[in-house]
Amino acid sequence: MTEKTFSLHGAGDMDTQTLEINIGPQHPSTHGVFRMNVVLDGETIVSLKPVMGYLHRNHEQIAENMSYTGSMPYTDRLDYFNSMSNNFGYAMAVEKLANIEVPERAHYIRIIMAELTRLVNHVSVIGFLLNDLGAFFTPVLYAFREREKILDIFEEVAGARMMCNYLRFGGVKYDLSPEVLARIAGILKKFPKFLEEFETLLTKNEILCMRCQNVGVLPAELAVSASVTGPMLRASGVNYDIRKADNYSLYERFKFRVPLGQKGDVYDRYYVRILEMRESLKILEQAVKEIPAGDIMSKKMVPFLKSPRNFKPPVGEAYARVEAPKGELGYYVVSDGTAQPWRYHVRAPSFINLTILEDLCIGQKVADAIIILGSVDIVLGELDR
Amino acid sequence: MIFGTGILQGLMVTLKNFVTSYFKAPDEGGIFTVEYPEKRLPEKERFRNFPFLLYDKNPENLRCVACDICAKECPPKCIYIVREFDKDGKPLKRPAVFDIDFTVCMNCGICEEACPFDAIYMDHEFEIASADRHAKLLYHRDDLLKSNEYFHKIRPTDASAIDARRREAEEKKKAAEAAALAAQKAKEAAAAQAKPPEPPKPAAGA
Repeated sequence: MTEKTFSLHGAGDMDTQTLEINIGPQHPSTHGVFRMNVVLDGETIVSLKPVMGYLHRNHEQIAENMSYTGSMPYTDRLDYFNSMSNNFGYAMAVEKLANIEVPERAHYIRIIMAELTRLVNHVSVIGFLLNDLGAFFTPVLYAFREREKILDIFEEVAGARMMCNYLRFGGVKYDLSPEVLARIAGILKKFPKFLEEFETLLTKNEILCMRCQNVGVLPAELAVSASVTGPMLRASGVNYDIRKADNYSLYERFKFRVPLGQKGDVYDRYYVRILEMRESLKILEQAVKEIPAGDIMSKKMVPFLKSPRNFKPPVGEAYARVEAPKGELGYYVVSDGTAQPWRYHVRAPSFINLTILEDLCIGQKVADAIIILGSVDIVLGELDR
Repeated sequence: MIFGTGILQGLMVTLKNFVTSYFKAPDEGGIFTVEYPEKRLPEKERFRNFPFLLYDKNPENLRCVACDICAKECPPKCIYIVREFDKDGKPLKRPAVFDIDFTVCMNCGICEEACPFDAIYMDHEFEIASADRHAKLLYHRDDLLKSNEYFHKIRPTDASAIDARRREAEEKKKAAEAAALAAQKAKEAAAAQAKPPEPPKPAAGA
């Protein structure tokens, strides 16, 4: 007995205790205030519990106490990287609710903005993923250099770089001037060259391949059953893009392909995003070339710009979804005929894509958990709402 | 492919970027950041930050009529307005208190959109950092006042469009007033003209 008390733990048969550690909430690799409660056996993950809610700020309840237009700026703050596509989804939901026709030019402007947003998001998420991998700040700064140029356009068009608050029900707030369109065209000319360079830097890099390939494999069945959407789902080889499946706005007019992955590992998720940027560039090129002249606001909605409180959609409910850069972003709005929505709900892709985090991480090493989280592409503003 | 080629190619990219950042123009891959407090980038005209109150000519002549619409439309409810009353308790068309809490304001620009009197606009001023948020970041009416000339300076196209619209509306109003006055006068004149022959009428009938 005495012998057993004084012996080192696990000596002899080498069994070890599991160790429970918290990664986050104040940890740079968690992309915000998010905590992973990880149980480790050595360095291998036995269980992982995501703990969220640190950034919960009552978005849905706030929107239910506000005019419809009033929560438009709040949607900017959901996924603060992609305020334009957040606006897009919300505007579409309310337009569906109130049966508002959107002029063609406004549709084109929205699509241009949404695709520019996709470029911004994908390029920076790849940068952050590389940060998580340990390639400190070289890729992310190259990415941010390109992002900057697009954000300058947002500032010129909408007045703000990130919190754009640009879309309105029935159209957009400001028109695109020919100079801005020319600048967008200039970006489109240079962006493929940058992508080429970015790929030379990353795609064939042996360290990146070794760290990312066959790590965090997401099988297609699991992805579908967990209703994962966006680049994560497509990296697992499921052909599901809401731009194609729903044909919302005027997306059926544009020729583009949906890139798919094969294995669904971290590397596929990285590469699908690169390919998606190329497709976005195609859409942008067509949109900039074909953008028609005309109104940017539906005539019916112009008076409500001045008096948002008087905008009262008829009783009913509507759900509209867009292919946001992170996945299916849906807005569910119920109207009771007053100036405020009776119920307002956001289907946030970050949140739902994160539900499979434990399945991806079990059996992997701690360092892999960080890059798996990076490849899921979460933004805490949207996750916690 | 030999192991390590990808890394070497990647390193070539970083080398190229390192060199071009010194020798190329900003839009060709050179550095386009500026050293902020000394150098500044030109401000975009639509750039919006915090609201300010507009006055014409002198600060007494502010456009705000304390209608409270912006305070009601403001999503985070950062505007607080109290109407001014004169000595007899008659409400005046100007605010006695107009406070904006800049710590709450989220720069959305809905106040500007909703204002029917062109009185509140989004400013370009962003250097408002302060160690005392209660004293320095709660802006009162007099801190918010800025002249129309300033508005013209920061947002020339918007300001001239708004001025043109206001002038037109004023002229229309004046024309309408003049027309109403003329109509009134004509009516009076017609009445005056019609009046003199009236008394003899019954006499003629009788």
